[in-house]
Amino acid sequence: MSQYLVLIYEDESGWANADEAAINQAMQEHGAFAAGAGAALKGGEALKPTSTATTIRKDGVGGFTVTDGPFVETKEALGGFYIVEAADLDEAIALAKTVPAPFGGVEVRPVQVYG
Amino acid sequence: MSAAATAVAVAHRREWAFVLAATVRVTRDLDLAEECVQDAYAQALTAWAANGVPAKPGAWLTTVARRRALDLVRREATLRRALPLLVEDEAAPPSAEHDRFPDDRLRLICTCCHPALAAEAQVALTLRLVCGLTTAEVARAFLVSEPTMAARITRAKKKIAAARIPYRVPHPDELPARIEGVLAVVHLLFTTGHTAPVGADLVRRDLVERALDLARMVRTLLPDDADVGALLALILLTDARRATRVGADGRLLLLSEQDRARWDRAAIEEGLALVRQALTRRPPGRYVLEAAIAAVHAEAPAWAATDWEEVVGLYDLLVQVWPSPVVALNRAVAVGLAHGPAAGLSALDALAAEPQLAGYAYLPAARADFLRRLGRADEARTAYEEAVLLTENDVERAFLADRLARLGG
Repeated sequence: MSQYLVLIYEDESGWANADEAAINQAMQEHGAFAAGAGAALKGGEALKPTSTATTIRKDGVGGFTVTDGPFVETKEALGGFYIVEAADLDEAIALAKTVPAPFGGVEVRPVQVYG
Repeated sequence: MSAAATAVAVAHRREWAFVLAATVRVTRDLDLAEECVQDAYAQALTAWAANGVPAKPGAWLTTVARRRALDLVRREATLRRALPLLVEDEAAPPSAEHDRFPDDRLRLICTCCHPALAAEAQVALTLRLVCGLTTAEVARAFLVSEPTMAARITRAKKKIAAARIPYRVPHPDELPARIEGVLAVVHLLFTTGHTAPVGADLVRRDLVERALDLARMVRTLLPDDADVGALLALILLTDARRATRVGADGRLLLLSEQDRARWDRAAIEEGLALVRQALTRRPPGRYVLEAAIAAVHAEAPAWAATDWEEVVGLYDLLVQVWPSPVVALNRAVAVGLAHGPAAGLSALDALAAEPQLAGYAYLPAARADFLRRLGRADEARTAYEEAVLLTENDVERAFLADRLARLGG
């Protein structure tokens, strides 16, 4: 078995403009995903919007620059993630298809194992 | 070439995929399996020269490659524990033709054409692993440098291992979508060969032959799939015109100018039988309809006798299942041939704003032809000039320049 990170990328304006009913529905869909994934779901969190993000880079002369905003500005931004366990990529993709992402899509990345 | 060398070359063409697919089952590592299979072919050269060609060359090669693989796997057991190995499941049933070895070619081809790999990597891996081309040959096929192609193939293999793309025939519910991906690779290979996008030759024989081999292989593996049969038919029916597509002077000959007596009748008969069979499935898919259109041309004794109404009817269905601007363009041309150049021109002009057709030489070339027939020479000239600028195939460019010259200026 391998672990995969499922990164949820969505257009944040979709969520900003969503009414209560849409948000409740999304919550339900995430609950349904978790129930469907069962023991394969190893963890996951939702993130606050990129307007709350802070980026820190080395400045090349021994210090850091700290700036407002996400590491990369994109229309669809990382908004949450799950860690799932799967036998192979096909199984991980099948799980990822059940992750709700009404304003975007998801990316599946294998988790590096050391040793 | 000696008899043994010829037999090895034939076995390379026919058996490579089978031998490699069966060896991957032992190594669970593509690179190691490739090494063992290359080694088996090298041994065959000397062994077959000394002892004669075995009755079942594929089984002989598989035995030798798998034995070598087992040796290496045992020797490197400790090292291999740290490697990401291919994921697989239970064995396929043994095939009679190759003695006791399972036929794992469908596994191999589904792994090469996995949708998680980039399209260009899928084609490259298929040529390398399923057709047994060297990296240099694959590079030449796509007109890129060998190091570029080597990097592309290595990156794809690494992703297969690291992301755990399984070495497995997909589940039945996923299989149709995955077969569609395999067929897309074969079709891309064929179209790239049929009219080379760039360069001096209109046709790249090597690519067309490989596409035909692959289509036949997939047909053997999935004999009941209508789309598979249809793609094979499409390739056979289109390639049957090969000998007549370029004149003795190297000039491009249109379907209307080709000597139909020199079309490959055997390929046409085989293709027509496959189309008839595929058409019994409802609803017909993309390749079935494309093959049916090619069949209408193949059955017409002369250009003037072409059933254009039938062609337009098939394109109407094709646009629904495959709504591509290029299909719409071909449909517009057929409309012009069925109902006259004015009708064709208005169908073409409806596509003028299509962004995917901007920069596509066939649109101005088709417009130019209809304008010429309508006697609108100035507009035809402008359209031919545009088409000449857009094509990158030398034979096509010469054809368009000739048409332009005939209009006078």
